[in-house]
Amino acid sequence: MSTETIPKVSDSNHGCGNNEGCGCKSTKPVNNEKMDRRSALAHLIKGAVVGAAAMQAGCKPGDWEERSIKWEEYFKKNFRVMSNKERDESVKRLVRLAEMENGKKVEISYKGPTKGVLYGYAFNISKCKGYMDCVDACVKENNLDRDSNMQYIRIFECENGNMNLEDGKGDFYHQVPAEGHFYMGTQCFQCENPPCVKACPVGATWKEPDGIVVIDYDWCIGCRYCQSACPYWARRFNWKSPTVPAAEINPKQHYLGNRSKKKGVMEKCTFCIQRTREGQLPACAEACPTGARVFGNLLDPNSEIRYVLANKKVFRLKEDLGTQPKFWYFMD
Amino acid sequence: MNQQTSKKNIFTFFRDFLRWSTTGSLKYHLWMALLTLLMAVGTYAYTLQIRKGLVVTGMTDYVNWGLYISNFTFLVGIAAASVMLVLPAYILGDVDFAKAVLIGEGLAVTALIMCLAFVTVDLGGPHRIWHMIPKIGYFNWPMSMLAWDVVVLNGYLALNLLIPFYILFCHYKGQKPDPKKYVPFVILSVFWAVSIHMVTAFLYAGLPSRPYWNNSLLGPRFLASAFAAGPALMILILTFINDRTTFHIEGKTINKLALVVTVAAQINLVMLGSEFFKEFYSPTHHSISATYLFFGLDGHYALVPAIWTSIVLNVIATLFLTFHKTRNNRNFLLFSCILLFVAVWLEKGMGLVIPGFIPSPLGEIVDYFPTWVEICVMIGVWALGAFVFTLLIKAAIRIEHTYETKYKKEQKEQ
Repeated sequence: MSTETIPKVSDSNHGCGNNEGCGCKSTKPVNNEKMDRRSALAHLIKGAVVGAAAMQAGCKPGDWEERSIKWEEYFKKNFRVMSNKERDESVKRLVRLAEMENGKKVEISYKGPTKGVLYGYAFNISKCKGYMDCVDACVKENNLDRDSNMQYIRIFECENGNMNLEDGKGDFYHQVPAEGHFYMGTQCFQCENPPCVKACPVGATWKEPDGIVVIDYDWCIGCRYCQSACPYWARRFNWKSPTVPAAEINPKQHYLGNRSKKKGVMEKCTFCIQRTREGQLPACAEACPTGARVFGNLLDPNSEIRYVLANKKVFRLKEDLGTQPKFWYFMD
Repeated sequence: MNQQTSKKNIFTFFRDFLRWSTTGSLKYHLWMALLTLLMAVGTYAYTLQIRKGLVVTGMTDYVNWGLYISNFTFLVGIAAASVMLVLPAYILGDVDFAKAVLIGEGLAVTALIMCLAFVTVDLGGPHRIWHMIPKIGYFNWPMSMLAWDVVVLNGYLALNLLIPFYILFCHYKGQKPDPKKYVPFVILSVFWAVSIHMVTAFLYAGLPSRPYWNNSLLGPRFLASAFAAGPALMILILTFINDRTTFHIEGKTINKLALVVTVAAQINLVMLGSEFFKEFYSPTHHSISATYLFFGLDGHYALVPAIWTSIVLNVIATLFLTFHKTRNNRNFLLFSCILLFVAVWLEKGMGLVIPGFIPSPLGEIVDYFPTWVEICVMIGVWALGAFVFTLLIKAAIRIEHTYETKYKKEQKEQ
């Protein structure tokens, strides 16, 4: 029985390995270490799994494949210490899992940062009218859980004469723009000094060289300390298994971005890392009908964001906390 | 006699320990059966949580820690409070405490096991906890205060297993423990007890995102309330053991402990006053959480009944304890200890963790109410604690009792 099932697995693994999904060779290779304690452990476990599988004679090949993939995924490393080979293998497994789950072919990139790029965002509170197109675009782009209505972006309706965001309303439901009000959007501000990164006990969240604070969804243990540490309420927890209808899944994904998450892990805005690292705008900035959202490279003196910072009166939220968000507000 | 001693080794120790802790009267077995039933209920609720996710709890992205972490926080205090027995017994050589100290350490071990259980049931991915193991995983130490907490809690657990194990093992063999071998660890454990407190408080105080926690009194007040609730629980346990078992606890021990509880409860109230003044004399934007806790905010009053119950119980208990007449009255003392224990549980549980989240950093007010799943899991963990404590103490009392009667006999013969 076992001798029949095992070739099947490797067959199907090859089948998925040939697809175009993991073609991001541009990232610089990470140190290729020899077999360390961890991978030795993984090999041992793999052996054990094969043995266990032989015992489960009644198992369907599909179940067995899914289980063995999940086992291998369980023992993989933190993304930061994986070699590119290990990343490729993991991506292969994730793509196959996604296909088994809902028959959808997805592409998962792990493209790294580009040198000389530091992302920044500016939000024009004179222009935002509270249309919420950014929120819709974000939900679709980032494959956010539809059941719980998870949203990375919050738009607060504030009364004229009061700049205190905390007095604004985040749950308004009426025709916009409302008379005598203005609108302020929040999301993850990708702080230069992120309190969430400091909090994580397992190093599952960190700041990338291009300034984006990312989460390794498969490394997070779900303690939610980062969520408590964030002064901007930017982090979201998967209290249940997130669901996205197969037809609505955005197949263009990034390992540290919008790929499918599981229950019990943290997620948040990544400035659409799957888009921005390919030179596109984040979905919210592209969707905004009023031009209130300015996104760009802070290290490029000719960028629009640099123009805004140099010529507008800008401010950031809770500057007194020393978090140094890379997200500014300005007015015309 | 000697032959019998030589037959006793580490294996027979564990075998006998297990035998002694699992044999007892019908009442004892009924008690353990009840605890097992409660643990089973908790386990069932937990499997539900594992299957469906933490969505079955009352926690949300707004209040992302609830009953579990509240209980964890409270129990860290109980664990550390055993130092109040250890310090006088081993270091100051106060013989009145010597007999109670093993029970104190048993309580510390129990509280720590419960702490670890509460943290584990709170995790979204408990099966990924190996990510925390240094080298194999990625342990974010020394940056993360949570990583520090893991270190100090496990270290304290190890110390509190090691010291009583050595002493009990010596007593089991009928030998006198060598102070040179364990006193250094005792001294270490005294400092360590303070550290588990402070590090757990720093877990909260280190977050500028939550002004309610981000204050320097959090740690000291946590210490004071724990030194009230922990020894209060000890008094209740020691009284029970004294009344129901062959193990005799001197009245002097209880009296001294009562004094510790009294002073700690008084200091705790002074600090409460200080917090009150700071928050409400010149209320700032940072006082909103305290307003929510004590008086409610915008029609949300979830914690108001709990915190005022706690304050009233605290004040009544502290008054009873302060007057010699009532403190020295056994019934008043036991009553005050119960009040104080409940008061601190409410204060450190509901009153410390939850209001930190309300309002959210963006100003939204969302109440938190625990669900039945959370309550069942909590009861299960408390039952686990009572179960472990009973097992430990049952055998320890047996060993101590045998040692004492034999020791005294031998002394008389000499």
